[in-house]
Amino acid sequence: MNQFQRAFTPESLQEAWQIAVRDFPQGLWDTVYVTLLATFFAIVIGLPLGMLLVAGDEHGIHPMPRPLMKVINVIINFLRSVPFLILIVMVIPLTRLIVGTSVGTTASIVPLVIAAFPFVARLVETSLREVSPNIIETAQSMGATPMQILLGVMLPESVPSLIDNFTLAITTILGYTAMSGAIGGGGIGKIAIMTGYNRYKYAVLYMAVIVLVILVQIFQNFGSWLSRKCDKRLKH
Amino acid sequence: MIELKNLSKSFMTSDGQVDALRHVNLTIQDGDIYGIIGMSGAGKSTLVRCINMLERPTEGNVIMDGRDLGTLAKGELRDMRRQVTMIFQGFNLLMQKTCLQNVCLPLKWAKVPKKEAEERARELLRTVELPDKANAYPAQLSGGQQQRVAIARALATNPRVLLCDEATSALDPKTTHQILELIRDINRKTGITVIVITHQMSVVQEICNRVAILENGTVVEEGEVSAVFSNPRAEATRNLVYPEMAEAREHIGGNGQTVRVIFNGAEAARTPLLAQMAMDEHIAASILAASTRSVGDKAYGYMNLEIPGGPDELARAVKYLRKVKDVAVQVDVEYPAKGSDEE
Repeated sequence: MNQFQRAFTPESLQEAWQIAVRDFPQGLWDTVYVTLLATFFAIVIGLPLGMLLVAGDEHGIHPMPRPLMKVINVIINFLRSVPFLILIVMVIPLTRLIVGTSVGTTASIVPLVIAAFPFVARLVETSLREVSPNIIETAQSMGATPMQILLGVMLPESVPSLIDNFTLAITTILGYTAMSGAIGGGGIGKIAIMTGYNRYKYAVLYMAVIVLVILVQIFQNFGSWLSRKCDKRLKH
Repeated sequence: MIELKNLSKSFMTSDGQVDALRHVNLTIQDGDIYGIIGMSGAGKSTLVRCINMLERPTEGNVIMDGRDLGTLAKGELRDMRRQVTMIFQGFNLLMQKTCLQNVCLPLKWAKVPKKEAEERARELLRTVELPDKANAYPAQLSGGQQQRVAIARALATNPRVLLCDEATSALDPKTTHQILELIRDINRKTGITVIVITHQMSVVQEICNRVAILENGTVVEEGEVSAVFSNPRAEATRNLVYPEMAEAREHIGGNGQTVRVIFNGAEAARTPLLAQMAMDEHIAASILAASTRSVGDKAYGYMNLEIPGGPDELARAVKYLRKVKDVAVQVDVEYPAKGSDEE
C-alpha cells in the first residue's frame, strides 16, 4: 500500500476529519481575513496607481512627464515579475518595519500587498482604458477638468469592469495566501502544506484544497453577480 | 459672432502629413443655424472641434465675440466650453448614470449647488419632452430619446453656441425630423447659435439658414441655404444636392433637352404639376430623375425633366414651370448649350 492509498483508509479519513473540524475554522478565518485585507490594501494602492497610468499616459487626459511614467511602469513590471515566494523573503525588512515581526498571519499581508498592488494597478488600467474615448471627449467638450473626467466619468463608467477585475485579483490573492503559509502565515493553505503534505496526511491536503476551491467559487460568483447587478447598460 | 480666419489643421500620420483643413474662412452670426456639409473625410469633424478647441488649429484663429479662443488659458478654455457645447452622433451619455445625473453633470462640474442643478436638469428634461425619464438609464431609452437627453445636457450650462456633430446621423428619418425640430425650437426660443455638421443634405434643408460646403478641407461654397441649393455652383455641391444626378445623366437619351425643376418649399406637393403642364401647354415631359420630400405641406428637392420637341417647347415649358411659386428652373448647362438659364 503506498502513501496515497494509505491516506484514504477509513482510519486516516476519520483522523483527517478530526483535524479538519479542529483546525479548519481558524484556518478559514485566517485565509479570508488575510485575503480580504490584502486585497483591500492592494486596491487602495493599485487603484490610484492605475488611474495615474491611464491619465498620465502620453495620449491620456493629463499627460505626465514621460520619464516619470517610464519609471512607474518599470517598477510595476519588476514587482510583477518577481516570483511570490522570493518576494516574501525580499520584503522581510519592510514587513518587520510595518508589522514589527516577519512571521505570522498578519505579517503575511505585507508581501501579499506588495505582490498584488502592481497587478491591481494593471487591472485598473485595463478597465479604465475600456471607457470610450468619445465619452471622454464629450466630458472635455463640457469643460471638465482632468480630475473631474477621471472621477466623474472614467471611474463610474468602468465600475462593472472594475468589479470583475477586483474579483480576479481577490481569487489570485487567495491563491497567494496558500504560499505565504510557507513562512508562517496562517490559513487553509498552511494547513494543507504543514499538516497535509509535511506530515503525510494527504486526506487533510485534499480536504484543504476542496475548501479553497469552494472559497474561490464563492468569491467569483459573488463578484460576477455584483458586477452584473451594477451594470446599468443591461436592461433589467 | 464666430469668425474662423484662415483656419488650417494638419495631422501627422504614419503615411505622412494630412491636411484636414486648409485656410477655412467662415463667419457665423449669432442666432444662425449654420450647416457645414461635406462627404466623409472632408474635414467637417475637425472643423467643428477647432471651434471649441478640442482640436488646436495648426494655423489661423477662431474668434468669438472678438476673443481669440486659441489664446485662452486652461481655465478660460473650460469656461468657454460651457458656452460652446456639443452633441454627437453617438449621443455619448454616461451609461452608468441616470438621465438626470447625465444632465446634472456639466452643472456639477461648473460648481452649481446640487439642488439648483437638479431643478435645472428637470426643467431641461421637460424642454426635451422627457420629464418622466429622469431616473431611467440611457440603455433603457431609444436613440432619439438618448439624443434628447444629450441635448438637455448640452443646454444645461446655458450655452450661446451648440455644436451638432452628425447629431442625427444615427437616427431614422422620422426621429431625425423630430430632433431637428427640437433644435430649431430651442434656437427660436433662446436665440442660441447652432452649428450643424452633417453629410445629409436633408438636414441642412430642414433647419439651416446658411450653409458651407466643405470638400478636402476647403470651403468650396457658402451662403444662404436657398441660394446655394437652387443654384449650386461647385461640383461638390452639385454632388451633394443631386446625388442621383450622375446616374441620371446616363439615362438621358432623346433630344438632350433637359430641365431641372427645384422645389424650394413650394406648395406643389399636392398639385399634379406635370399633368397640368401637359394639359395646358401640350408638353408631355418625362421624368428622368427625381428626389423630392415633403416637410409639412411643402415640397423640397428636384426633378430632372426631358422636354420633347425643339427649343420652342423648351422655352414654353420653362416659362410655364417658372410661374409656380417657390420653384426654380434650370436648363441643364451640362448639355448641348441651349443657353444657361438661372433663377
